[in-house]
Amino acid sequence: MPLLRVENLKAYYLMDIYGIKRAVRAVDGVSFQVEENSIFGIAGESGCGKTSLIKVLSATFTPPLTVQEGKVIYELGNGGTDILSLDGEHLRKLRWEFFSYVPQGSMNVLNPVRRVRNTFHDFVGAHRVGAPPDFLGDVTEHLGHLGLPPEVLASYPHQLSGGMRQRITLALATILKPRLILADEPTTALDVVVQRGVVQLLKRIQAEQKNTLILVTHDMAVQANLADRLAIMYAGKIVEEAPTAELFGNPLHPYTGYLIGSLPRIGDKAYKVSAPGAPPSLASLPGGCRFHPRCPHAMDVCRTEEPELSDMASGHKLACFLHGQARRG
Amino acid sequence: MFLKRYLLPRLFQYLVVIFVGTTIVFISTRLTPADPVQQTIQRITAQGGYMDPAAVEDFARTLRELYGLEGSVLQQYAGLWKRLLTANFGRSYTYFPTPVIQLIGTSLPWTLGLLSLSSILSWLAGTILGGLAGYAGQEKWAKWLESIVMIIRPIPYYIVALLALILFAYFLPIFPISGAFAVGKKVTLTWGFALSVAKHAFLPAASLVVGGIGVWFIQMKSMASNIVAEDYVMFGRAGGLSRGKLVLQYTIRNAMLPQITGLALALGQLLSGALVVEYVFSYPGVGMLLYQAITQGDYNLTMGITMLSIVVIATGVLIIDLIYPLFDPRVRYR
Amino acid sequence: MLNVLRDLLRHDGRFIFGFCMILGIVFLALLYFFCPYDLSIWNTVPRDRPPSARYLLGTNSQGQDVFWYATAAIRNSLLIGIVAASLSRVVAVLVALIAGYRGGRVDRVLMSVNDSFVVLPLLPVLVLVASMLKGKMGILGLGVILAIFGWAWDARLIRAQILSLREREFTKTAILSGMSSLRLVLGEHLPFVIPLIMATAINNMIFVIGTEIVLAVFGLSSLETPTLGTMIYWSVNYQAMLLGIWWWILTPVVICILLILSLYMLSVSISDFLDPRTRLQVIKAKG
Repeated sequence: MPLLRVENLKAYYLMDIYGIKRAVRAVDGVSFQVEENSIFGIAGESGCGKTSLIKVLSATFTPPLTVQEGKVIYELGNGGTDILSLDGEHLRKLRWEFFSYVPQGSMNVLNPVRRVRNTFHDFVGAHRVGAPPDFLGDVTEHLGHLGLPPEVLASYPHQLSGGMRQRITLALATILKPRLILADEPTTALDVVVQRGVVQLLKRIQAEQKNTLILVTHDMAVQANLADRLAIMYAGKIVEEAPTAELFGNPLHPYTGYLIGSLPRIGDKAYKVSAPGAPPSLASLPGGCRFHPRCPHAMDVCRTEEPELSDMASGHKLACFLHGQARRG
Repeated sequence: MFLKRYLLPRLFQYLVVIFVGTTIVFISTRLTPADPVQQTIQRITAQGGYMDPAAVEDFARTLRELYGLEGSVLQQYAGLWKRLLTANFGRSYTYFPTPVIQLIGTSLPWTLGLLSLSSILSWLAGTILGGLAGYAGQEKWAKWLESIVMIIRPIPYYIVALLALILFAYFLPIFPISGAFAVGKKVTLTWGFALSVAKHAFLPAASLVVGGIGVWFIQMKSMASNIVAEDYVMFGRAGGLSRGKLVLQYTIRNAMLPQITGLALALGQLLSGALVVEYVFSYPGVGMLLYQAITQGDYNLTMGITMLSIVVIATGVLIIDLIYPLFDPRVRYR
Repeated sequence: MLNVLRDLLRHDGRFIFGFCMILGIVFLALLYFFCPYDLSIWNTVPRDRPPSARYLLGTNSQGQDVFWYATAAIRNSLLIGIVAASLSRVVAVLVALIAGYRGGRVDRVLMSVNDSFVVLPLLPVLVLVASMLKGKMGILGLGVILAIFGWAWDARLIRAQILSLREREFTKTAILSGMSSLRLVLGEHLPFVIPLIMATAINNMIFVIGTEIVLAVFGLSSLETPTLGTMIYWSVNYQAMLLGIWWWILTPVVICILLILSLYMLSVSISDFLDPRTRLQVIKAKG
């Protein structure tokens, strides 16, 4: 039973400043499913729309980002609820207990004028009425799992290092043991040692709590390490999706090939080739397949028609004319 | 450690302010081509009195002593400091032989009361309303409120007071428009007296609040709007925290920090406003005293009020500076 | 520059209001050139007449036409404002430049003194100075005095702008490629600073006009010269409200409010336009 179903989600930034209208199509027709007890990765370059996607999935989007169409259906045990159709209070109850969110750049997500323990009070108290007898003890234990000393509770955020704040954010996101965790670039802006720690941590939390993790990062190495299933996003659309091992072993989309090829390997002295050009502006997209201006295998059809994401064998999905079908209409 | 890093610079700045203020007062009074002694003498002779030259000489000398104008420039400067540090500004010309400090002493409580009451009220109201409006962002009521406040905000205190005076003197005579308490009442600690004081203080205080609230509202709304976009507010919302908590503990609590600093910076202007409003409503505070000093050409009194204002404001700023760490843990702890 | 004006005119209601109102007020001020009366003489017209076709805004207790007196008052108040604002710009920019570009101890000392000016209660000091100069000032003198006290806050703002410009990448690039300091400051930084100078100038004018009124009310302005402040002074002095000569006191009050409001609208819309954060909020609003 898929825990999350996204159906044809379209979310744009609509801007009208001093008379100039722009529509940035950050999420432009995205559909996928995520199973329980798994790690689903979403990878792609900066500016491909992954953060906007996460914002919609966690219902933390604000104007000018608006959902144009589509559904985000969470399986709450009642046949599925589209969270985009929920009103304020229902949505609020779902938050943190059912799904939680670890935002990008967790350096500033803690209220600077509140001690850490009060922040924990805030987040837990919003969903559990009346503190359990040993609330602080539970929190201390939870923090200990993440390698944080109990003194952290009495501190203010500015007294702690970036890595510690990152881990506190993770602790906050997992303390109510949600069924789904949405993590946006949890390892970016951290040094490699801390990165490794965070990766191990995420793996362990998922294994212990048997929940679902949706991991958004451009870092293919992290994806390779963590994700069970990986989706590649480009210019607002998913262009390829497959189990991780399958994707790395047999990348079908040219863009995926570039992403994987950019990973350094110890001892590998081959010349690294990156995809030529730059990702398109989401406000003015090229016609046809969005990747065609940079694609070395571009054919005539690529310039005029957009390929759809369709099934290949063994759970491998692809949106590219290179491998046969995927024609519109 | 904290003391050294935070306290000492603030104390130093306190002294700098008083130093700069005193020096400016000294320089600006010496630079003007007018001679207060001559002015005083002219006043008397202009009103038809005649004095023979010897008497004028004598009088001039006395006045010079009275005004602290004897001796070289450096001596006069030192004399000014002496006056400030001993809080002795000589005797008032108008109310001779009452010492200036005594006159100010009886008026000061009224001014301080009016000033602190209206400052705190307008700051609180402006900050809270601004915070709520800033959080609400684009909602209709927030925009309406901001438009209304924007119209009121730039209007000077004097005009607000004048309009209030006209309104309540001629159209809606429900509040007394002069004095601090009803004529003839004794200063006692009873409800009756307190009520009289409150009724008389209402218009001056209201003028100051209306004139001042705009600044706080607009600044706070802008600050709160920025804070609402901050990561920690967004994270709090993602965590499902209640609206009340987000508004109070996450938005306002953070956005009000620059407001506290702003209050310290605005104290000087608030005092100036209070002085003017007192004049409009004949409220027996330092403002009325200043007006009398001006019309009577009472140099000592004017000087005394000016110097004292500088000290009062500098002290107020220092107090607020000392309170600030209570609200911002980033300053309190390293 | 012109497209900035066009953008603002088309999309910011406040700017439209301010701009039109200011045009109207300046027009009134210019009308003064056609004033048929010599306003230093009293009793050129019958006293205390209410507004009529002959005397557009009535006449006052000194026997002067209120409408024409008002045009002179607007002209003089505007002049004082412009003189004071310009002078204080010079001081503010100088202080900000020296502090911002020199840095170090010079900066600290300057800012310490600057902050003293910000904090000091200016009215008592102004009153002290003005009471000594009573009556000998004239509008230019008033302008100069008022300029002495309006620069501190703006100096801080401009200095902050300069500091942030210094840290920007294009500055470091320019320095590394050997651009002379003078060219850097005048050619690269100045375009950023000028709009800020203008916005603060407008704010300063508001402050100056208001303070002139307060000084006048205390009897310290140049009382024979018509200004908004002296007009109020005389009308209060003659108990205009009490005697029912409401047109004499309300004219300067209403003009003052309109003038200050329009200046404020201009200043706010310009600084909102310049500030990238508020621009972002405008984007969010329409989204």
